[in-house]
Amino acid sequence: MALNRDFIGRAYSSPTPYEVSRLKIKEFAAAIGDANPIYRDAEAAKAAGHPDVVAPPTFPIVFALAGAGEGLNDPEFGLDWSMVVHGEQRFTYDRPIYAGDQLLCTSTISEIRSVGRNEFVTVRGDVTTVDGEPVCTSFNVIVERGGAK
Amino acid sequence: MGATIKWDEVEQGQELPAAEYQVQRVNLVMYAGASGDFNPIHWNERFAKSVGLPDVIAHGMYTMAQGGRYVTDWAGDPAAVVDYGVRFSSMVVVPDDDNGATISVSGIIEEKLPDKRVIVVLTARSGDARVLSKARAVVQLA
Repeated sequence: MALNRDFIGRAYSSPTPYEVSRLKIKEFAAAIGDANPIYRDAEAAKAAGHPDVVAPPTFPIVFALAGAGEGLNDPEFGLDWSMVVHGEQRFTYDRPIYAGDQLLCTSTISEIRSVGRNEFVTVRGDVTTVDGEPVCTSFNVIVERGGAK
Repeated sequence: MGATIKWDEVEQGQELPAAEYQVQRVNLVMYAGASGDFNPIHWNERFAKSVGLPDVIAHGMYTMAQGGRYVTDWAGDPAAVVDYGVRFSSMVVVPDDDNGATISVSGIIEEKLPDKRVIVVLTARSGDARVLSKARAVVQLA
């Protein structure tokens, strides 16, 4: 069944700020096998000119879809998760993410298009600090296989 | 703070040194825990095969992270990556053996931009498959 186009433009905000911790960055760096000390050691990060440890470029995936789940899981949207694969991902940065940041993410279902038998859904995540400073934007394209038939 | 590679010293069309990254089942278990993506296709062979996959496959985001690691290692600073996007074009199949799978990454400087930035285009392969396409990073050099 085709996805409900009424959802295009709907925005969902993360219910609480995401607190970026040194330990979470260290855990994520370990999981991707990256031994860079700037992810693991605050002193090394400071020696390199950063205020604290830096998050790897793909780190926002940890929290950037938290708000969007509300929309994507809405039965009215019509998404069959068992057929979903990750199609594309992009992060653009206004500034790096550091341990200690308190971040909010507003996720918007920005586009739905059919390509052949598949439905492509783009979710844009606008990440800011709790004070409203822009930090990064995530573009997530999920593909529902067979959804457009 | 900043990259160790100088913009003045790189050229359009320059190839970056290739790198290989091993991925074994334990890496996917760790990535599931760190990212919160517990989809069983990434750790449960029985489930993966039941939905028609050849075996357990890596998270696309795990593969993307290896491309990110490639770029940040080259640039010399994780914060130098100001834009990074990929298309997931094929699966990285991770067998349950002592080797797992290999992700081979290479890159080329496609364009020099103003403000000491460059566009790096990445190629990532596993076996015969190109696992990332349209993979590009904008990197702030020194």
